[in-house]
Amino acid sequence: MPEPVAIHARRAPILAPSASSAVRVLPAADRFVLQMKAPRGAVLPSAAGGFDLSGPLNSVRGRPERFAARLGPGEWLLVCPEGEGTATEPAIASDLAGRFFSLVAVGHRNAAFLLSGPHAADILNAGIALDLSDTAFPPGSATRTLLGKTEVVLVRVGEAFRLECWRSFAPYVHAFLQDAAREFA
Amino acid sequence: MLLVPCPYCGPRPEVEFRCGGEAHIARPADPDALDDAAWAEYLFARTSPKGVHAERWLHAHGCGRWFNALRNTVSDAFITTYEMGEPRPDITGGR
Ligand SMILES: [Zn+2]
Repeated sequence: MPEPVAIHARRAPILAPSASSAVRVLPAADRFVLQMKAPRGAVLPSAAGGFDLSGPLNSVRGRPERFAARLGPGEWLLVCPEGEGTATEPAIASDLAGRFFSLVAVGHRNAAFLLSGPHAADILNAGIALDLSDTAFPPGSATRTLLGKTEVVLVRVGEAFRLECWRSFAPYVHAFLQDAAREFA
Repeated sequence: MLLVPCPYCGPRPEVEFRCGGEAHIARPADPDALDDAAWAEYLFARTSPKGVHAERWLHAHGCGRWFNALRNTVSDAFITTYEMGEPRPDITGGR
């Protein structure tokens, strides 16, 4: 009988560290997309797997390294440090037992950047058409939108902006942001 | 940039949206009962008015929801938006 072979998916770093201090490449993370039907008046769960799901549409709840961003009426992007997802996934599923939901692990799909400093919003606005001022997009906000040609998820946990994009778009997004950041260096 | 008022997210840039064509076109309950002309009418005939038009829109790069909108095709102004399944608001004027 052949020996069982343990296969571990390894994640190579997506990009080299940024030259700019305003745009940082974030370490790998575990991520899930949670979706549920959310017709008007539906009672949705307020938490699952330690994530706070109670925030309204286009808001985020949690800490910078572990948060739930509500991107649609019945859609959340859940992010936690790499490795924690192994225990988190069954915890979410058991908390939602009895409901119809879809939970997809997308940790390997995304890359993430952190934009901080006084010009973080200015750099993002080089490619994002939304008003990112503190009144329109205060800490606690989250949304899907477009940066240049790329779909991104913008999350504001605390003052800084966390930007998530698909892994294959990461070189484009990184170059775009670094180029925009040069204006404010 | 044109702002489209998503009923879920509020006003958002038009690049986040896709237009899904005319709204309130119901699929015939029994397609087999239709002749070719009637089926073609369902598939292809659209009102294409000069003025207020009811359309389906998708907030593709936002909340991911479909909704309906009344848009004036002359001025490109969005008059109102409403949820899928709701009847067309009784508005004929608009800017
Ligand atoms: Zn929306």
